[in-house]
Amino acid sequence: MDLADLYRDVIVDHNRRPRNFGRLAGAIHSAEGNNPLCGDKLHVFLEMKDDIIRDISFEGTGCAISTASASLMSEAVKGRSRAQVADLFGSVHRMLTRHDAETDADLGKLAALAGVREFPMRVKCASLCWHTLNAALAGSAAPVTTE
Amino acid sequence: MAAVRVMRGHFDVERVRADFPVLARQVNGRPLAYLDNAASAQQPAAVIDAVAGYARAHHANVHRGVHTLSQEATALYEAAREKARRFINAASTTEIIFLRGTTEAVNLVAQAHGRPRLKPGDEILVSWLEHHSNIVPWQMLCGQTGAVLRVVPIDRRGVVDFDRYLAMLGPRTRIVALAHVSNALGTVLPIRAFLDAARERGIATLVDGAQAVPHLAVDVQALGCDFYAFSGHKMYGPTGIGVLYGRERTLEAMTPWQGGGDMILSVSFDGTTYNHLPHRFEAGTPNIAGAIGLGAAIDYLKAIGMERIGHHEQELLAYATARLADIPGLAFVGTAPEKSSLMSFTIEGVHPHDLGTVLDSEGVAVRTGHHCAMPVMEYFGVPATTRASFGLYNTRAEIDALREALLHAIRMLR
Repeated sequence: MDLADLYRDVIVDHNRRPRNFGRLAGAIHSAEGNNPLCGDKLHVFLEMKDDIIRDISFEGTGCAISTASASLMSEAVKGRSRAQVADLFGSVHRMLTRHDAETDADLGKLAALAGVREFPMRVKCASLCWHTLNAALAGSAAPVTTE
Repeated sequence: MAAVRVMRGHFDVERVRADFPVLARQVNGRPLAYLDNAASAQQPAAVIDAVAGYARAHHANVHRGVHTLSQEATALYEAAREKARRFINAASTTEIIFLRGTTEAVNLVAQAHGRPRLKPGDEILVSWLEHHSNIVPWQMLCGQTGAVLRVVPIDRRGVVDFDRYLAMLGPRTRIVALAHVSNALGTVLPIRAFLDAARERGIATLVDGAQAVPHLAVDVQALGCDFYAFSGHKMYGPTGIGVLYGRERTLEAMTPWQGGGDMILSVSFDGTTYNHLPHRFEAGTPNIAGAIGLGAAIDYLKAIGMERIGHHEQELLAYATARLADIPGLAFVGTAPEKSSLMSFTIEGVHPHDLGTVLDSEGVAVRTGHHCAMPVMEYFGVPATTRASFGLYNTRAEIDALREALLHAIRMLR
């Protein structure tokens, strides 16, 4: 296991300076997620135009993996449709969990999270934001949890 | 069964380390520095051999057969009970109940002692620094009986407020349940004073001793508590075994918790007669191997001496506190004047889980998270801490390794 593969420069940068961090004034969808074992808490806000995510932000506390993943996700899904987000999540999920999978070419900066799969205990940190985003898109009222 | 050598003269940590096979291994290419003893401690060869030796030569069910193996297994199991009795100076082995651990012990007391007695409006008192296992069973009991759970506050050092405790002991207080030592903060309670005040008012008392028995000598008769609970795996024994001490007259007044084999004298469809103490509270085939392993762990601790262990660990705590104090952005969580050998801390700008991963890559094992004490985390306003907890085999070199790994994590992540 190589630590440098987990904490790549992109991850460290997005943890230090998370993008789209804060509360979105015009949000019409939001959802909370938490990882009870870590105490990580995340709140995702969405502004939708028809089927498209026009704007997104997040708030919360978490480890570097969790914060960087939410930051990278927020950049990646802006302007995408629900179906595109679902595809993207599928690719991210494969990257995080499957050793045999080739990392999809269209993942862009999200590919920086590929090292997480070598650290099974940390996969939940990286996926919390995606589960929370799905809940926000579904308009789910109950907080999602990784457990 | 492996013989235990009595240690004489000064405490020789290298000799102690040689007793623990796992300490010889490497983790991620580095020597293991195991600093997660408050979660679970490692086992000396004497414990491993006692468990294996039982399985190889003596295993059978206890209290049942007339054949040789069953008699041997019963003798070993009951000998372990006698070791546990002496370890905490209980008056009689009838007061020593083998269970899965501290959690099961608290649940037993809640259900077998509390549930038949508590009325709506009665009060159960715990402190703010309890482990979830000394909170949730009481919340469940409150749900069942209409009793109310009240919480004695702590201060910013992690010290339980004794004056507030005295003020909260009221005419409706029925049970006081307190940790002897906090697992998240290390605070050692002046438990005797807390118990005296409850006993003067005729209130039943339970002490969660899981974090105390590995570090300090416990005498339940001197404490005068009704119940004292601890777990084998935190004191260098196996998992899945623990002890509930119950004062005999308190146990005698309780109905059984679980029904089954071993806890009865006779069963018919007209009625069942329960067994004597302590078997009345040990339904089903017990963890025989675990109890024997726990007995071996007790022998091991006694051969070294609790006083010597405590002294070594306090030296480590003082050394670690000094070594970590100048790390930029590090804040200790829990600074009680009397602490057991653990330290919880946060580091500004670095999340505990990232610390845990970086430390592991350097062979240093610590616990990160809420330590099953979420109210404590809430009180200090942190989602999680990093906790390094020291046992009898830890060294200053391992604390130096912890410091280096922390500095590395800060350089990498902050």
